[in-house]
Amino acid sequence: MPSTTVIQLFVFMLAGFVGVQTINRIPPLLHTPLMAATNAISGISLVASLVLAGSGEGVLATVLGTIAVACAMANIVGGFLITDRMLSMFRRTRTAVTDNSNSGASSAGTSS
Amino acid sequence: MTEVLIQLAYLFAAFLFITALRALGRPDSARRGMQLAAFGMGIAIMATLFQARIISYQWIVVGTAVGTVAGYPLGMWVPMTAMPQRIALSHAFGALAATLVGIGEYIIGCSGGTLVRSTVAALGLEVLFGGVTVTGSLMAFGKLQGILTGRPWTFRGQNAINALLFAACCCSFIWLIAFPAQVGVFSVMVVLAVLLGILFVLPIGGADMPVVVSLLNSYAGLAAVATGFAIDNNILIIVGALDGLSGLILSIAMSKAMNRSFANVLFGAFGSTVTDGPAVTVAGGEMSSTTVEDAALRLAYAERVIMVPGYGLAVSQAQHQMRELGDLIEKRGGDVRYAIHPVAGRMPGHMNVLLAEAGVPYDKLIDMDEINDRFVETDVAIVVGANDVINPAAHTNPTSPIFGMPILKVEDAKSVLVLKRGKGKGFSGVENDLFVDPKTSMLFGDARQSLLDLGLHVKEA
Repeated sequence: MPSTTVIQLFVFMLAGFVGVQTINRIPPLLHTPLMAATNAISGISLVASLVLAGSGEGVLATVLGTIAVACAMANIVGGFLITDRMLSMFRRTRTAVTDNSNSGASSAGTSS
Repeated sequence: MTEVLIQLAYLFAAFLFITALRALGRPDSARRGMQLAAFGMGIAIMATLFQARIISYQWIVVGTAVGTVAGYPLGMWVPMTAMPQRIALSHAFGALAATLVGIGEYIIGCSGGTLVRSTVAALGLEVLFGGVTVTGSLMAFGKLQGILTGRPWTFRGQNAINALLFAACCCSFIWLIAFPAQVGVFSVMVVLAVLLGILFVLPIGGADMPVVVSLLNSYAGLAAVATGFAIDNNILIIVGALDGLSGLILSIAMSKAMNRSFANVLFGAFGSTVTDGPAVTVAGGEMSSTTVEDAALRLAYAERVIMVPGYGLAVSQAQHQMRELGDLIEKRGGDVRYAIHPVAGRMPGHMNVLLAEAGVPYDKLIDMDEINDRFVETDVAIVVGANDVINPAAHTNPTSPIFGMPILKVEDAKSVLVLKRGKGKGFSGVENDLFVDPKTSMLFGDARQSLLDLGLHVKEA
């Protein structure tokens, strides 16, 4: 086994521990955004697809690479956009709950 | 020199990704964290374009353009109720990318004669995990979207056939490590993985899909890890590990909340055996129904109210009406909270997103463990479209199929108001003693209309 593989195993293990620590701290409230976020971040496999698509090593490799680039890119663009859209919906209680005109307007807007 | 700079850019991106996941621990820091992660992604992509192996950019531009055009609607147009199938679809995309890269790198390695055993092992794992995830996620997408039937598909010897397929996958994988340059075996392995993905999701019912989607998230992550090993790229290993673990943690949490072991969800085909389950009601008795006027009067003068939304609420698209009713009660001085069971939606945390979208502030959305003690001092608990997650049989009746399942302790509240379409049972087909409890009043009818009517009468009361 090459020594780089061993180093990579260390990276894998340490990233795993960081992952468990970090993800267990995320409240169930945000579990759906978490899934969307990991989806977006895992679009990083784009970097492997880019190399394959641009390496010019035969038609087949280029075709496979190009499709892979499109898929990974769709995940990155769609993933970050939807995560942001979702997180923008999570708001704290407004301090001025008694503001009648404000809440009336918002309920009229949402029920239409 | 360029290579070092590229690696440093990856290091920085990895730092931002982990920071973003930490920021997701709190709702007020989450959004900024994810924006930083998107920035990190941009840096990583830019840096990769300087990679020495890349000699032409024309197909990269084409792929990126197609991906962006496909990604925008997936980000901006998909409604929040369709979140589970949207996530399943993007798992399929991510896994397809990994699988294609694995196949491509294998072909290049084969023709160049440069295949090392450890690389083949990594590429093999990549296409195995990737292949299973592609078709498995597409199946999950089809079931959640309603293109395929949500009912479990079972046939005799199903688990045996799946086990056989899995064994065949393992054999071809081991064969490849022994004899790396066998294109035929590699192709067979890809086909087997793709088949396995279909067969593995086939017997799992629509209601169990959240666990499957989370698990496929984990597989997609592992495919990314394998890619990282194959092409010596640390950021893929790090991100894949985070992704894989997050999926695993969520799927375990979901099966726990459904009172099922992991193995039971995957191999049990629950929905097909429900009919002969014990349908014995312990308490027996009549449900007492109430009128909108009476119920509204009680709500108008209640001090503490807890809303208990179930999936039925999302089905009838009544989140906004629920929030409006909550606002009206609060305006009269009552305290309103929303109790969220882990499996209230169709994926982890789904109900929180649906209610946040309707404008409920997140500090009113309380998880099961935190809110269960509050029910004792609650005047009215309003149950909308929930059944199994509030069934006290989970605590009291050892013969019930849902015995041991963690539930919202609605039965502790001083009075309970249940909004329900008809007198049917929950998805597990179990009778609910809470509905015949003397302190429970039933309000039959469409949830959306009932909530609307309640709101009107609370306003007038």
